[in-house]
Amino acid sequence: MRILVVEDDKDVAGFVVKGLREAGHTVEHADNGRDGLFLAASENFDAIILDRMLPGGIDGLRLLETLRAQDNATPVVFLSALSQVDDRVKGLKAGGDDYLTKPFAFAELLARVEALTRRGKTDGPTTRLAVGDLEIDLLSRGVKRAGQKIDLQPREFRLLEYLMRHAGQVVTRTMLLEGVWDYHFDPQTNVIDVHVSRLRQKIDKPFELPLLHTVRNAGYMLRAEDV
Amino acid sequence: MDAARISEKNPARREKKRAKPLIRSAGIRLALVYATVFGVSAFALAFSLWYSTVGLLQRQVEIAIRNDATALADHFTVGGLPSLAIAIQNRLSDNPDGDAIYLLMDSRGGRIIGNLDHWPAGLNQTEAWYELPVSRQGAGSIALLRAFALPDGDQLLVGRDVRARTQLRRVLQEGLLSAMGIMCVLGLVGAIVIRTLFRRMIQDIAATTRAISRGDLTRRVPKTGDGDEFDELAEIINDMLDRITRLMDGVREVSNSIAHDLRTPITRARTRLEDAALHAATPDELKSAIERATDDLDGVVAVFQALLRIAEIEAGARRAAFAQIDLAPLLDDIDDLYHAVAEERGLFLRTTIARPLQFMGDRELIQQAVTNLLENALKFSPPGSVIVFRAVLAGNIIEITVADHGPGISEDDRLRATERFFRAESARSTTGSGLGLALVSAVAQLHNGTLTLSDNHPGLRTLIALPQ
Repeated sequence: MRILVVEDDKDVAGFVVKGLREAGHTVEHADNGRDGLFLAASENFDAIILDRMLPGGIDGLRLLETLRAQDNATPVVFLSALSQVDDRVKGLKAGGDDYLTKPFAFAELLARVEALTRRGKTDGPTTRLAVGDLEIDLLSRGVKRAGQKIDLQPREFRLLEYLMRHAGQVVTRTMLLEGVWDYHFDPQTNVIDVHVSRLRQKIDKPFELPLLHTVRNAGYMLRAEDV
Repeated sequence: MDAARISEKNPARREKKRAKPLIRSAGIRLALVYATVFGVSAFALAFSLWYSTVGLLQRQVEIAIRNDATALADHFTVGGLPSLAIAIQNRLSDNPDGDAIYLLMDSRGGRIIGNLDHWPAGLNQTEAWYELPVSRQGAGSIALLRAFALPDGDQLLVGRDVRARTQLRRVLQEGLLSAMGIMCVLGLVGAIVIRTLFRRMIQDIAATTRAISRGDLTRRVPKTGDGDEFDELAEIINDMLDRITRLMDGVREVSNSIAHDLRTPITRARTRLEDAALHAATPDELKSAIERATDDLDGVVAVFQALLRIAEIEAGARRAAFAQIDLAPLLDDIDDLYHAVAEERGLFLRTTIARPLQFMGDRELIQQAVTNLLENALKFSPPGSVIVFRAVLAGNIIEITVADHGPGISEDDRLRATERFFRAESARSTTGSGLGLALVSAVAQLHNGTLTLSDNHPGLRTLIALPQ
């Protein structure tokens, strides 16, 4: 994927760029708003990682608003030290697709960026999702693995649906909290781990090949092949 | 930076104060208003006095002249001109030094009888009032006069000498003028007195506030003890200062706590990193030390975020995000999320949620507050015990209860449990920042509700009461 990083802090930018390249992405970097807007508007990117406070007269919000005004729909993840709820709402209102506050874990950023780009591609209405021999029907809410019916609680179904929609990608605990439970803060306890392990009991335990994998220091991933 | 700016600005401001025109002084303005009101009312009083006195005299003279003329006209009707002449003669001889003035002239302009030497110049209409200089037996005077035409062409002039009244008027006028002068002086003196009083009254307040703006927060406005408006003002200002001092103390306490509570994890992270740098033998050891230090720093960030959140809530900034919501599904979700955790830990979460629970507020904050209570309960409950999670509607108050059978909080500590960074003795050994209940309390207050902690015999019972 081609990703644009607009971030003025040298250390943070260097860290993010290096990490993204290691994950196999092509990365461009701009250290001010003006250059960032120029790059974003003139070239094609799969995602943009955007700081809010930028030098060069154009801050992150302005940059994004200008971009959206030009009908540019490139997914944008805000990466900002402005952490109040208001700031978050402003960022999303301006057209941001996700909002991550500093300090952040790189795994979280990577997972979110990759999730966004995937979301852009599968926009059509799907009624069935499948990973390996596991399949779910979104209309009848039925779950089957290797032809065997599996009973899930409504919330477990939503959890599985979320994981399946992001199959092959790392999904962090915060993403699950936000996406499945609509929580926007981090609980102190390991609630997500408990729910994921319950789900795992149902979809993985009786079968030979595990599908739901734990990714160390990052989160979970649903995929047919071994990680 | 602030201190520098203030010291830069202050001399200029003081300069300006000294140079300001007198009208800018509230004392002078007040005094001027006083003088004006005093002067205007005094003038109104004097004028009405003057008008009523002089006017009354004038009207009395006019009535006397009319009556006199009527009586004389009767004489004329009864006895003709000779009778009238006799009547006039009688009146003049009865009272030779009186004020009455008569003059009877025949149609040719000859004087028949009267005490005027000649027909006054300027009097040329009958049945009209004139105030003219006249000459009586050679002496000049001023008289109010009215002429009457008699049927055979003769003319009768009746009048009154008003020299005395004119003199009275002049005396009155002069008296009033000098009184006005005195009033002006009195007004000015009054103004000065008022200004002085005013200054003295605000002097205490000014001195106190000036001392406080210089940093001496212990100063208070002295009360005179009169119980007057200024005493009231002094009391209000002192209350305000007390509140500011309390807030400042709170801020100081919190900053101290932050410094202290964050120093621990930061020290731990630093030690780990330094230890790894010095002693780690393998890359794996190094890596694990770095990971653990990162976790410590994440903890520090979490504390910061919780603090900011509380500050944000207490500032009331989130009221803008209030919306009408049903709390029941929201609480169901939380129950769903934590039921599994409770089971995992061998605890029983007994949940009762009434529905619907219509409520005006911030969805996310209520979610976080209830989550905090449940996480506390889960953290402190002994295995196998029951946690009660209940949400009911009592009147128009939504009551959300979380009760556990953990160690609870002692009665003394309960009062302080909602302070930032407060951790009860029994909680010291567990993880946590001591910010959870502070946040719950702030959320409840933002929604005009309360957080109550009580004894669950044994354990802790927390109750959030939120008005719908």
